[in-house]
Amino acid sequence: MSYLIDDNREGIQHLLMGNEAIVRGALEAGINVAAGYPGTPSSEIIEAFSKIARDRNIYAEWSTNEKVAMEVAAAASFAGLRSLCVMKQNGVNVASDFLLHLASSGTRGGMLLVTCDDPGALSSVNEGESRLFAKLVEIPLLEPGDFQEAKDLTKWAFDLSEKIRNLVMIRSVTRMSHASGNVKFGSLPDTNAHAEYRFDGPLLDMETGPMISMIVAAPELQHGPQQEKLKKAAQLFEDCPFNTYNGPESPELLIITSSACTLYVREAVNLLNIEDRVGILKLATTWPLPPNLIKRNLMRSKAVFVVEEVLPTLEENIKILAAETALETGIKTFYGKHSGHIPSAGELNPDIVISALTKILHIDYRPVEPSFEQKTAKMAATMAPTREMTFCPGCPHRASFWSIHNAIALDGRNGFVCGDIGCYVMGTLPGGYSTVKTLHSMGSGSGLASGFGKLKQFGIEQPVLAVCGDSTFFHAAMPALTNAIHHKSPFTLILLDNSGTAMTGFQPHPGSPFDVMGNTAEALDIEAICRAMGGRVEIADPFNLTETREMLNYLMEYKDGAKVLILRQACALSPERRGKKKFDVSVDESICIGENCGCDRLCTRIFGCPGITWDTEKKVSRIDTIICAGCGVCADICPAGAIQKKEVA
Amino acid sequence: MNSINLDRDPYSIIITGVGGQGNVMASRVMGSMFVTNGFSVTIGETFGASQRGGSVMSHLRISKKSSWSPQIPRGGADMIVSLEPIEAVRVLAAYGNPGVILLSNTRPIFPVNVIKGEATYPAIEDIKTAVKNSISHAIFIDATEEALKMENPILANIIMLGAVIGLNILPLERDDFHKAIAERVPHDKIDVNMDAFDLGTRLVRQ
Repeated sequence: MSYLIDDNREGIQHLLMGNEAIVRGALEAGINVAAGYPGTPSSEIIEAFSKIARDRNIYAEWSTNEKVAMEVAAAASFAGLRSLCVMKQNGVNVASDFLLHLASSGTRGGMLLVTCDDPGALSSVNEGESRLFAKLVEIPLLEPGDFQEAKDLTKWAFDLSEKIRNLVMIRSVTRMSHASGNVKFGSLPDTNAHAEYRFDGPLLDMETGPMISMIVAAPELQHGPQQEKLKKAAQLFEDCPFNTYNGPESPELLIITSSACTLYVREAVNLLNIEDRVGILKLATTWPLPPNLIKRNLMRSKAVFVVEEVLPTLEENIKILAAETALETGIKTFYGKHSGHIPSAGELNPDIVISALTKILHIDYRPVEPSFEQKTAKMAATMAPTREMTFCPGCPHRASFWSIHNAIALDGRNGFVCGDIGCYVMGTLPGGYSTVKTLHSMGSGSGLASGFGKLKQFGIEQPVLAVCGDSTFFHAAMPALTNAIHHKSPFTLILLDNSGTAMTGFQPHPGSPFDVMGNTAEALDIEAICRAMGGRVEIADPFNLTETREMLNYLMEYKDGAKVLILRQACALSPERRGKKKFDVSVDESICIGENCGCDRLCTRIFGCPGITWDTEKKVSRIDTIICAGCGVCADICPAGAIQKKEVA
Repeated sequence: MNSINLDRDPYSIIITGVGGQGNVMASRVMGSMFVTNGFSVTIGETFGASQRGGSVMSHLRISKKSSWSPQIPRGGADMIVSLEPIEAVRVLAAYGNPGVILLSNTRPIFPVNVIKGEATYPAIEDIKTAVKNSISHAIFIDATEEALKMENPILANIIMLGAVIGLNILPLERDDFHKAIAERVPHDKIDVNMDAFDLGTRLVRQ
């Protein structure tokens, strides 16, 4: 088994994910330090660095949260090294306080903020937009348009960062980060690097002074020079080799696009066979826009179509330049999100671009015979039932939410759970018995629960619970729990400890005994932390349904301040459990009473583990042994005792 | 290199299934086989939250020219490889056309709403009949049943790859697979993967 990403043969081609291409570009730029917090679709970047860290003399870490990751990477830059921090779009919000200050102090060694956005929220709770941060904190923004460019632009960004002495933001999207394409490799530099932090020089001296962001009431001293850096970036962008125009000299329609949308546009133009009617201006430098390049291209056509995902960020910035240059470039008709030709929400694809282009250019296009479409659509509607998201077979969260749901019902005071970010977002869905009633950002379940708990004085009588995972606890729930303990807010935090950052692929966190590079690490003890903070702490195994449910009911009754119940059981996909069944589970058909059991098929209709199926002819439950993970929980819920578990020898 | 030429550029293949079936692995292996043969490959896939019990799809675009969209346009698939039968039906409706070649595993993975009794899963014979009534090139193989005989159901994805290559439609050969799999699995797992691959090839050539 080999790892392709550090192949030192210049000119060789490999099939790389966009995320891996970004890593390769950073390697070719001689990166030294990389830090991040896991989040789909960004997680493969730190993982790739960790695999080659020793060979390439790199320090990589999963930081406690995104703000810390940015601070760790900035320290390397201040000491003259090249570094990057990486996060998904939501993480930029977490890091944004430091981001604003870092953009103000500037950087020394080349430093990148890599954000992986998720248009369409394929693996997120929202499709938040990170590009606006570049404008907000006044740093340059780059967006690669294909896989080769993901590598080349990353390398180019390090040089840019050092030329302007500030952080550079690279924004990828799911269809770039998690898609793959051919990437031709360049050479790898020597891995020698020496770190030293210089601070003896004058205040505000970028090379030798202390790195600070603090010029009270004198913004011109720091804010002014920061804006000059941005102007310099705009000048450099005028000749950036990654901004390209393809098409006739004066097309009927000028399409302006960037990122993965470039590939959708190329596909649409090719399928509609309109290469002679439209031109494509593909931008890699989307903030600040290079004004002369935009002006030159705006002069090509009276009609401009901006293709982008999420907010009309590029469209609005182009419109400002068009307004400012209207005397030279002429009055335009704009198409895009504001005109409704591109939907305002959701990710794009070639079909959406095709549909817009057929309307703008009055083209008739039918990819498939309508009769075939109707026939297969009807077939799918009648034969292919949808697949709703649910917990994996053997997932400890299914057992936890089963007990939480039952405990709340038994309690009878209309209690509720404040949810958090992780696999357990599915606690909002039928797969988690629709137990979770609030869901927002990392750590917010505990913060909301802390607030709900203080509403007693206004008559609220409902017991308040919150859930969070072990990684989320360190990331953002700790300050919320601190608040609740300090203010004696009577809620129960259920800490779903499955020993890893399970949702994103099992990354270690501060509670893990090893780090991402495989070195031993100091494992922080969640139980001891909660006790030291002053909370009442209990521990249970969620696979022990009776003990868990009783403990929950006890804690809901117990009124004094914040309580923590740690439900500890490893994720079914974790290295320690994956492929290893604890129990062989089977159904004794002679005992299964099927539809006549207390709740009409409690196991299949209510519990809903994918490992249990229903035999529609014999009217009995069955275990699908390929899918069953052998946790044995269903044997404990079966009221008839028909589901039986036998410990695997 | 195989002498077969692809009749479309880009040639578009969808590998589909349910989370946990080894979809991503199969698409990476096939993609790198094409890269080795000098093609420009683009693969689009979804994984992460959506794979928890959900449908998964990999879109492969094979070209002599450039990268293409990681999402295949509607009706644009030239070949559909499905590790689960109703996923074949779903993909056929969104990306199929009368000329598409479809190769599907027969082993169902029941969605939770079927297990709960809120939806019904059709009989496999009904799926086969309906698919064959709408396209002329549809092949079904019992890949999971064969993999179970090898005592490892996850090998169904490799059996399906062997079957795809066995169709002699793609310009790929057994040696290309050997090279690609050797780069991705531990040394002692290469033989069992080759056995699964050869089994798949035999199944479609019988």
